Amino acid sequence: MTNSHDHDHDNELDPMTARVRALETILSEKGLIDPAAIDAIVDTYQNRVGPQNGARVVARAWSDTEFADWLARDATAAIASLGFTGRQGEHMHAVFNTPQTHNLVVCTLCSCYPWSVLGLPPVWYKSPPYRSRAVMDPRGVLEEFGVRLDKDVNIRVWDSTAELRYLVVPMRPAGTDGLDEDALAALVSRDSMIGTGLAEAPE
Amino acid sequence: MNGPHDLGGEMGFGPVAPETDEPVFHADWEKRVLGVTLCSGALRLWNIDESRHARESLHPADYYASSYYEIWIKALETLLVRHGCVTAEELQSGHALKKAVMDRPPLVAADVPATLARGGPCDRPVDADPHFAVGDRVTVRNIHPSGHTRVPGYAKGKTGVVEEVAGAYVFPDDNAHGRGENPQWLYRVVLTGDDLWGPQGDPSLTVSIDAWESYLERA
Repeated sequence: MTNSHDHDHDNELDPMTARVRALETILSEKGLIDPAAIDAIVDTYQNRVGPQNGARVVARAWSDTEFADWLARDATAAIASLGFTGRQGEHMHAVFNTPQTHNLVVCTLCSCYPWSVLGLPPVWYKSPPYRSRAVMDPRGVLEEFGVRLDKDVNIRVWDSTAELRYLVVPMRPAGTDGLDEDALAALVSRDSMIGTGLAEAPE
Repeated sequence: MNGPHDLGGEMGFGPVAPETDEPVFHADWEKRVLGVTLCSGALRLWNIDESRHARESLHPADYYASSYYEIWIKALETLLVRHGCVTAEELQSGHALKKAVMDRPPLVAADVPATLARGGPCDRPVDADPHFAVGDRVTVRNIHPSGHTRVPGYAKGKTGVVEEVAGAYVFPDDNAHGRGENPQWLYRVVLTGDDLWGPQGDPSLTVSIDAWESYLERA
Protein backbone atom coordinates (compact mmCIF):
# COMPACT_ATOMS: atom_id res chain seq x y z
CA MET A 1 0.00 0.00 0.00
CA THR A 2 1.30 3.46 -0.87
CA ASN A 3 1.85 6.13 1.71
CA SER A 4 1.76 9.11 -0.63
CA HIS A 5 -0.84 11.25 1.03
CA ASP A 6 -1.38 12.18 4.61
CA HIS A 7 -3.09 9.63 6.76
CA ASP A 8 -5.45 7.91 4.44
CA HIS A 9 -7.16 5.75 7.02
CA ASP A 10 -6.30 2.58 5.09
CA ASN A 11 -2.64 3.17 5.78
CA GLU A 12 -3.17 2.53 9.43
CA LEU A 13 -4.85 -0.81 9.06
CA ASP A 14 -3.11 -3.73 10.61
CA PRO A 15 -1.46 -5.96 7.99
CA MET A 16 -4.12 -8.70 7.99
CA THR A 17 -7.00 -6.25 7.73
CA ALA A 18 -5.27 -4.54 4.82
CA ARG A 19 -4.48 -7.83 3.10
CA VAL A 20 -8.00 -9.18 3.38
CA ARG A 21 -9.58 -5.89 2.39
CA ALA A 22 -7.38 -5.77 -0.70
CA LEU A 23 -8.47 -9.24 -1.77
CA GLU A 24 -12.14 -8.52 -1.15
CA THR A 25 -11.84 -5.27 -3.11
CA ILE A 26 -10.19 -6.92 -6.11
CA LEU A 27 -12.70 -9.74 -6.28
CA SER A 28 -15.64 -7.36 -5.87
CA GLU A 29 -14.35 -5.05 -8.58
CA LYS A 30 -14.11 -8.05 -10.89
CA GLY A 31 -17.63 -9.12 -10.06
CA LEU A 32 -16.45 -12.49 -8.72
CA ILE A 33 -17.83 -11.99 -5.23
CA ASP A 34 -20.71 -10.05 -3.71
CA PRO A 35 -19.80 -8.38 -0.39
CA ALA A 36 -23.42 -8.75 0.74
CA ALA A 37 -23.03 -12.52 0.42
CA ILE A 38 -20.06 -12.31 2.79
CA ASP A 39 -22.26 -10.45 5.27
CA ALA A 40 -24.89 -13.19 4.97
CA ILE A 41 -22.31 -15.94 5.55
CA VAL A 42 -20.91 -14.17 8.61
CA ASP A 43 -24.41 -13.62 9.97
CA THR A 44 -25.18 -17.31 9.52
CA TYR A 45 -22.26 -18.50 11.60
CA GLN A 46 -22.36 -15.70 14.13
CA ASN A 47 -26.08 -15.83 14.84
CA ARG A 48 -27.80 -18.90 13.42
CA VAL A 49 -25.53 -21.92 13.20
CA GLY A 50 -23.65 -22.78 16.37
CA PRO A 51 -23.43 -25.18 19.30
CA GLN A 52 -27.01 -24.36 20.26
CA ASN A 53 -27.95 -26.63 17.32
CA GLY A 54 -25.94 -29.56 18.62
CA ALA A 55 -27.33 -29.01 22.11
CA ARG A 56 -30.85 -29.49 20.68
CA VAL A 57 -29.76 -32.76 19.14
CA VAL A 58 -28.29 -34.01 22.41
CA ALA A 59 -31.30 -32.89 24.47
CA ARG A 60 -33.62 -34.73 22.08
CA ALA A 61 -31.48 -37.86 22.26
CA TRP A 62 -31.58 -37.74 26.07
CA SER A 63 -35.35 -37.31 26.05
CA ASP A 64 -36.42 -39.68 23.31
CA THR A 65 -34.89 -43.15 23.02
CA GLU A 66 -36.31 -43.64 19.54
CA PHE A 67 -34.55 -40.49 18.40
CA ALA A 68 -31.35 -41.64 20.14
CA ASP A 69 -31.52 -44.94 18.24
CA TRP A 70 -32.03 -43.10 14.96
CA LEU A 71 -29.13 -40.77 15.79
CA ALA A 72 -26.91 -43.79 16.42
CA ARG A 73 -28.02 -45.46 13.20
CA ASP A 74 -28.25 -42.53 10.77
CA ALA A 75 -27.03 -39.33 12.37
CA THR A 76 -27.27 -37.26 9.18
CA ALA A 77 -30.99 -37.97 8.79
CA ALA A 78 -31.82 -37.73 12.49
CA ILE A 79 -30.05 -34.37 12.77
CA ALA A 80 -31.68 -33.13 9.54
CA SER A 81 -35.09 -33.87 11.07
CA LEU A 82 -34.37 -31.06 13.56
CA GLY A 83 -33.51 -28.71 10.69
CA PHE A 84 -29.72 -28.86 10.90
CA THR A 85 -28.13 -29.67 7.56
CA GLY A 86 -25.52 -28.44 5.18
CA ARG A 87 -21.94 -27.41 4.89
CA GLN A 88 -19.52 -29.51 6.96
CA GLY A 89 -22.39 -31.60 8.26
CA GLU A 90 -23.20 -33.51 5.09
CA HIS A 91 -22.05 -36.84 6.53
CA MET A 92 -22.64 -36.99 10.27
CA HIS A 93 -21.83 -39.67 12.81
CA ALA A 94 -22.88 -39.47 16.47
CA VAL A 95 -20.80 -41.13 19.17
CA PHE A 96 -22.23 -41.74 22.63
CA ASN A 97 -20.28 -41.47 25.85
CA THR A 98 -20.87 -44.30 28.32
CA PRO A 99 -19.61 -44.97 31.83
CA GLN A 100 -16.94 -47.17 30.20
CA THR A 101 -15.89 -45.02 27.23
CA HIS A 102 -15.27 -41.32 26.73
CA ASN A 103 -15.14 -40.01 23.16
CA LEU A 104 -12.96 -37.17 21.90
CA VAL A 105 -12.97 -35.67 18.39
CA VAL A 106 -10.00 -34.13 16.59
CA CYS A 107 -8.79 -33.38 13.08
CA THR A 108 -5.03 -33.86 13.16
CA LEU A 109 -4.65 -32.93 9.47
CA CYS A 110 -6.60 -29.66 9.34
CA SER A 111 -9.69 -28.35 11.11
CA CYS A 112 -12.57 -30.67 10.12
CA TYR A 113 -15.48 -29.97 12.44
CA PRO A 114 -19.27 -30.49 12.30
CA TRP A 115 -20.31 -26.94 11.38
CA SER A 116 -24.01 -27.74 11.00
CA VAL A 117 -24.34 -28.64 14.67
CA LEU A 118 -21.43 -26.82 16.35
CA GLY A 119 -20.80 -23.81 14.10
CA LEU A 120 -17.23 -22.70 13.44
CA PRO A 121 -14.47 -24.39 15.43
CA PRO A 122 -12.75 -22.57 18.29
CA VAL A 123 -9.15 -21.46 17.79
CA TRP A 124 -7.71 -24.18 20.03
CA TYR A 125 -9.40 -26.90 17.96
CA LYS A 126 -7.55 -25.70 14.84
CA SER A 127 -4.21 -25.14 16.55
CA PRO A 128 -1.13 -27.40 16.76
CA PRO A 129 -1.22 -28.10 20.53
CA TYR A 130 -4.62 -29.80 20.37
CA ARG A 131 -4.15 -31.44 16.98
CA SER A 132 -0.77 -32.90 17.94
CA ARG A 133 -1.63 -34.20 21.39
CA ALA A 134 -5.26 -35.33 21.23
CA VAL A 135 -4.30 -38.63 19.58
CA MET A 136 -1.33 -39.34 21.84
CA ASP A 137 -2.06 -37.81 25.23
CA PRO A 138 -5.80 -37.26 25.44
CA ARG A 139 -5.84 -37.45 29.24
CA GLY A 140 -3.27 -34.67 29.43
CA VAL A 141 -5.34 -32.60 27.00
CA LEU A 142 -8.53 -33.22 28.98
CA GLU A 143 -6.86 -32.05 32.18
CA GLU A 144 -6.15 -28.73 30.49
CA PHE A 145 -9.92 -28.44 30.07
CA GLY A 146 -10.45 -29.32 33.72
CA VAL A 147 -11.74 -32.80 32.90
CA ARG A 148 -10.30 -35.68 34.89
CA LEU A 149 -11.56 -39.13 33.95
CA ASP A 150 -11.32 -42.19 36.13
CA LYS A 151 -8.41 -44.45 35.24
CA ASP A 152 -10.73 -47.28 34.25
CA VAL A 153 -12.59 -45.17 31.68
CA ASN A 154 -11.41 -45.93 28.17
CA ILE A 155 -10.76 -43.07 25.78
CA ARG A 156 -11.69 -43.28 22.14
CA VAL A 157 -10.31 -40.56 19.89
CA TRP A 158 -11.96 -39.99 16.51
CA ASP A 159 -9.51 -38.43 14.03
CA SER A 160 -11.64 -36.80 11.31
CA THR A 161 -9.37 -37.68 8.42
CA ALA A 162 -12.13 -37.92 5.79
CA GLU A 163 -15.52 -36.24 5.24
CA LEU A 164 -17.38 -37.83 8.14
CA ARG A 165 -18.08 -35.34 10.91
CA TYR A 166 -18.42 -36.49 14.51
CA LEU A 167 -20.74 -35.28 17.25
CA VAL A 168 -20.17 -36.51 20.79
CA VAL A 169 -23.34 -37.17 22.77
CA PRO A 170 -22.26 -36.63 26.39
CA MET A 171 -23.77 -38.64 29.22
CA ARG A 172 -26.92 -37.18 30.71
CA PRO A 173 -26.06 -35.70 34.10
CA ALA A 174 -27.65 -37.04 37.26
CA GLY A 175 -30.50 -35.06 38.73
CA THR A 176 -32.09 -34.14 35.42
CA ASP A 177 -35.17 -36.35 35.54
CA GLY A 178 -38.20 -34.39 34.52
CA LEU A 179 -36.30 -31.56 32.85
CA ASP A 180 -37.70 -30.57 29.46
CA GLU A 181 -35.60 -30.33 26.31
CA ASP A 182 -34.94 -26.61 26.70
CA ALA A 183 -33.61 -27.11 30.22
CA LEU A 184 -31.54 -30.10 29.10
CA ALA A 185 -30.08 -28.25 26.11
CA ALA A 186 -28.83 -25.54 28.46
CA LEU A 187 -26.58 -28.15 30.12
CA VAL A 188 -24.88 -29.14 26.87
CA SER A 189 -21.74 -27.13 26.19
CA ARG A 190 -19.87 -27.00 22.91
CA ASP A 191 -16.89 -28.70 24.50
CA SER A 192 -19.05 -31.56 25.77
CA MET A 193 -19.98 -32.29 22.14
CA ILE A 194 -16.31 -32.33 21.09
CA GLY A 195 -15.36 -34.45 24.07
CA THR A 196 -13.19 -31.88 25.84
CA GLY A 197 -15.95 -31.28 28.37
CA LEU A 198 -18.81 -33.02 30.15
CA ALA A 199 -22.44 -32.01 30.31
CA GLU A 200 -23.05 -29.68 33.23
CA ALA A 201 -24.98 -30.68 36.32
CA PRO A 202 -28.21 -28.77 36.84
CA GLU A 203 -28.10 -26.00 39.43
CA MET B 1 2.51 -34.78 1.44
CA ASN B 2 4.47 -35.02 4.65
CA GLY B 3 3.69 -31.39 5.45
CA PRO B 4 3.43 -29.15 8.48
CA HIS B 5 -0.28 -29.89 8.79
CA ASP B 6 0.25 -33.54 9.71
CA LEU B 7 0.38 -32.92 13.44
CA GLY B 8 -0.74 -36.11 15.20
CA GLY B 9 1.90 -37.10 17.76
CA GLU B 10 4.19 -34.10 17.14
CA MET B 11 5.63 -32.46 20.23
CA GLY B 12 6.70 -29.07 21.47
CA PHE B 13 3.61 -26.98 20.76
CA GLY B 14 2.76 -26.40 24.40
CA PRO B 15 -0.55 -26.53 26.25
CA VAL B 16 -3.92 -26.25 24.52
CA ALA B 17 -4.99 -23.08 26.35
CA PRO B 18 -8.73 -23.02 25.73
CA GLU B 19 -10.20 -19.50 25.87
CA THR B 20 -13.11 -18.81 28.21
CA ASP B 21 -16.21 -17.47 26.41
CA GLU B 22 -14.34 -17.44 23.11
CA PRO B 23 -16.00 -15.20 20.51
CA VAL B 24 -16.85 -16.68 17.10
CA PHE B 25 -14.41 -14.23 15.51
CA HIS B 26 -11.46 -12.43 17.08
CA ALA B 27 -11.27 -9.63 14.51
CA ASP B 28 -13.43 -8.27 11.72
CA TRP B 29 -10.91 -9.41 9.11
CA GLU B 30 -11.51 -13.01 10.17
CA LYS B 31 -15.17 -12.61 9.23
CA ARG B 32 -14.20 -11.35 5.81
CA VAL B 33 -11.73 -14.25 5.32
CA LEU B 34 -14.47 -16.76 6.04
CA GLY B 35 -16.82 -15.03 3.62
CA VAL B 36 -14.31 -14.39 0.84
CA THR B 37 -13.12 -18.00 1.08
CA LEU B 38 -16.63 -19.44 0.85
CA CYS B 39 -17.69 -17.03 -1.90
CA SER B 40 -14.56 -17.82 -3.91
CA GLY B 41 -15.16 -21.53 -3.43
CA ALA B 42 -18.68 -21.04 -4.76
CA LEU B 43 -17.14 -20.12 -8.14
CA ARG B 44 -16.38 -23.84 -8.35
CA LEU B 45 -12.98 -23.38 -9.92
CA TRP B 46 -11.46 -25.74 -7.37
CA ASN B 47 -12.71 -28.29 -4.85
CA ILE B 48 -12.27 -28.71 -1.11
CA ASP B 49 -9.37 -31.12 -1.57
CA GLU B 50 -7.39 -28.68 -3.72
CA SER B 51 -8.12 -26.01 -1.17
CA ARG B 52 -6.91 -28.16 1.74
CA HIS B 53 -3.77 -28.93 -0.24
CA ALA B 54 -3.12 -25.22 -0.84
CA ARG B 55 -3.22 -24.69 2.93
CA GLU B 56 -0.92 -27.59 3.82
CA SER B 57 1.48 -26.48 1.07
CA LEU B 58 2.41 -23.28 2.90
CA HIS B 59 6.05 -23.31 3.92
CA PRO B 60 6.22 -25.01 7.34
CA ALA B 61 7.64 -21.89 8.99
CA ASP B 62 4.75 -19.86 7.58
CA TYR B 63 2.15 -22.50 8.48
CA TYR B 64 3.21 -22.68 12.12
CA ALA B 65 3.49 -18.89 12.46
CA SER B 66 -0.02 -18.31 11.05
CA SER B 67 -3.41 -18.42 12.70
CA TYR B 68 -5.94 -20.60 10.91
CA TYR B 69 -7.67 -17.69 9.17
CA GLU B 70 -4.24 -16.44 8.09
CA ILE B 71 -3.59 -19.88 6.61
CA TRP B 72 -6.93 -19.62 4.81
CA ILE B 73 -6.27 -16.23 3.22
CA LYS B 74 -2.74 -17.15 2.15
CA ALA B 75 -3.96 -20.36 0.53
CA LEU B 76 -6.88 -18.54 -1.07
CA GLU B 77 -4.55 -16.05 -2.73
CA THR B 78 -2.59 -18.98 -4.17
CA LEU B 79 -5.75 -20.61 -5.52
CA LEU B 80 -7.06 -17.37 -7.03
CA VAL B 81 -3.76 -16.71 -8.80
CA ARG B 82 -3.49 -20.33 -9.97
CA HIS B 83 -6.97 -20.21 -11.49
CA GLY B 84 -6.51 -16.84 -13.16
CA CYS B 85 -8.86 -14.84 -10.95
CA VAL B 86 -6.27 -12.37 -9.71
CA THR B 87 -2.64 -11.55 -10.44
CA ALA B 88 0.26 -10.96 -8.10
CA GLU B 89 0.29 -7.33 -9.27
CA GLU B 90 -3.33 -6.92 -8.30
CA LEU B 91 -2.71 -8.35 -4.84
CA GLN B 92 0.13 -5.86 -4.52
CA SER B 93 -1.95 -2.87 -5.64
CA GLY B 94 -5.15 -3.80 -3.82
CA HIS B 95 -7.29 -3.16 -6.89
CA ALA B 96 -8.41 -4.96 -10.03
CA LEU B 97 -6.09 -4.05 -12.89
CA LYS B 98 -7.86 -6.05 -15.56
CA LYS B 99 -11.23 -7.62 -16.05
CA ALA B 100 -11.96 -11.12 -14.89
CA VAL B 101 -11.27 -13.65 -17.61
CA MET B 102 -14.00 -16.00 -16.48
CA ASP B 103 -17.66 -15.29 -16.70
CA ARG B 104 -18.99 -16.82 -13.51
CA PRO B 105 -21.86 -15.27 -11.59
CA PRO B 106 -20.92 -14.57 -7.99
CA LEU B 107 -22.75 -16.13 -5.06
CA VAL B 108 -25.33 -13.50 -4.10
CA ALA B 109 -26.65 -12.90 -0.61
CA ALA B 110 -30.11 -14.25 -1.42
CA ASP B 111 -28.60 -17.62 -2.35
CA VAL B 112 -26.38 -17.95 0.71
CA PRO B 113 -28.85 -19.80 2.98
CA ALA B 114 -29.67 -22.41 0.34
CA THR B 115 -26.02 -22.83 -0.66
CA LEU B 116 -24.88 -23.36 2.93
CA ALA B 117 -27.82 -25.66 3.67
CA ARG B 118 -26.97 -27.78 0.62
CA GLY B 119 -23.28 -28.10 1.46
CA GLY B 120 -21.17 -30.37 -0.71
CA PRO B 121 -21.92 -34.03 -0.17
CA CYS B 122 -19.03 -36.15 -1.40
CA ASP B 123 -20.41 -39.67 -1.11
CA ARG B 124 -20.47 -41.36 -4.50
CA PRO B 125 -21.56 -44.73 -5.86
CA VAL B 126 -18.84 -47.24 -6.72
CA ASP B 127 -19.21 -50.43 -8.74
CA ALA B 128 -16.76 -52.63 -6.88
CA ASP B 129 -17.57 -54.39 -3.63
CA PRO B 130 -15.55 -53.30 -0.61
CA HIS B 131 -12.24 -55.15 -0.25
CA PHE B 132 -12.42 -55.28 3.51
CA ALA B 133 -15.14 -56.18 5.98
CA VAL B 134 -15.89 -55.26 9.57
CA GLY B 135 -13.46 -57.09 11.86
CA ASP B 136 -10.70 -57.44 9.26
CA ARG B 137 -7.19 -56.62 10.41
CA VAL B 138 -5.65 -54.06 8.09
CA THR B 139 -2.32 -52.26 7.94
CA VAL B 140 -2.13 -48.61 6.96
CA ARG B 141 0.27 -48.60 4.01
CA ASN B 142 3.60 -46.90 4.45
CA ILE B 143 3.08 -44.46 1.59
CA HIS B 144 4.45 -40.95 1.16
CA PRO B 145 2.73 -39.25 -1.78
CA SER B 146 4.20 -35.85 -2.62
CA GLY B 147 0.73 -34.45 -3.31
CA HIS B 148 -2.40 -34.27 -1.20
CA THR B 149 -3.30 -37.26 0.93
CA ARG B 150 -5.34 -37.91 4.05
CA VAL B 151 -3.21 -40.64 5.62
CA PRO B 152 -1.96 -39.26 8.93
CA GLY B 153 1.74 -39.93 9.42
CA TYR B 154 1.32 -41.41 12.89
CA ALA B 155 -0.81 -44.27 11.51
CA LYS B 156 1.45 -45.31 8.63
CA GLY B 157 2.66 -48.88 8.94
CA LYS B 158 0.34 -49.50 11.90
CA THR B 159 -2.21 -52.31 12.04
CA GLY B 160 -5.76 -51.96 13.25
CA VAL B 161 -9.22 -53.38 12.88
CA VAL B 162 -11.99 -52.29 10.50
CA GLU B 163 -14.87 -51.08 12.67
CA GLU B 164 -17.15 -49.85 9.91
CA VAL B 165 -17.35 -49.80 6.15
CA ALA B 166 -18.36 -46.16 6.07
CA GLY B 167 -19.52 -45.73 2.48
CA ALA B 168 -17.76 -44.62 -0.68
CA TYR B 169 -16.41 -41.11 -1.12
CA VAL B 170 -14.49 -38.91 -3.52
CA PHE B 171 -10.80 -39.81 -3.30
CA PRO B 172 -8.99 -36.66 -2.16
CA ASP B 173 -5.53 -37.68 -3.40
CA ASP B 174 -6.84 -37.56 -6.99
CA ASN B 175 -9.50 -34.89 -6.63
CA ALA B 176 -7.05 -32.34 -5.22
CA HIS B 177 -4.96 -32.53 -8.39
CA GLY B 178 -7.61 -32.50 -11.10
CA ARG B 179 -7.39 -36.24 -11.70
CA GLY B 180 -11.10 -36.78 -11.11
CA GLU B 181 -13.19 -37.87 -8.16
CA ASN B 182 -12.37 -41.60 -8.48
CA PRO B 183 -14.44 -42.58 -5.44
CA GLN B 184 -13.29 -45.42 -3.18
CA TRP B 185 -14.65 -47.25 -0.18
CA LEU B 186 -13.87 -45.63 3.12
CA TYR B 187 -13.22 -47.58 6.32
CA ARG B 188 -13.10 -46.62 9.95
CA VAL B 189 -9.99 -48.30 11.30
CA VAL B 190 -9.36 -48.55 15.03
CA LEU B 191 -5.80 -48.58 16.33
CA THR B 192 -4.70 -49.01 19.94
CA GLY B 193 -2.65 -46.52 21.90
CA ASP B 194 -0.13 -49.25 22.50
CA ASP B 195 0.29 -50.02 18.79
CA LEU B 196 0.54 -46.35 17.89
CA TRP B 197 2.79 -45.06 20.63
CA GLY B 198 4.47 -48.11 22.18
CA PRO B 199 5.53 -47.71 25.81
CA GLN B 200 4.42 -44.06 25.73
CA GLY B 201 0.90 -45.13 24.76
CA ASP B 202 -2.06 -44.80 27.09
CA PRO B 203 -3.32 -48.38 27.61
CA SER B 204 -6.91 -47.12 27.81
CA LEU B 205 -6.66 -45.33 24.44
CA THR B 206 -7.96 -46.30 21.02
CA VAL B 207 -7.80 -43.98 18.02
CA SER B 208 -9.80 -44.30 14.83
CA ILE B 209 -8.95 -42.88 11.45
CA ASP B 210 -11.15 -42.83 8.35
CA ALA B 211 -9.09 -44.41 5.59
CA TRP B 212 -9.77 -44.81 1.90
CA GLU B 213 -9.34 -48.33 0.57
CA SER B 214 -6.07 -47.68 -1.26
CA TYR B 215 -4.48 -46.53 2.01
CA LEU B 216 -4.92 -50.02 3.45
CA GLU B 217 -3.67 -53.55 2.94
CA ARG B 218 -4.70 -56.78 4.60
CA ALA B 219 -2.59 -57.52 7.68
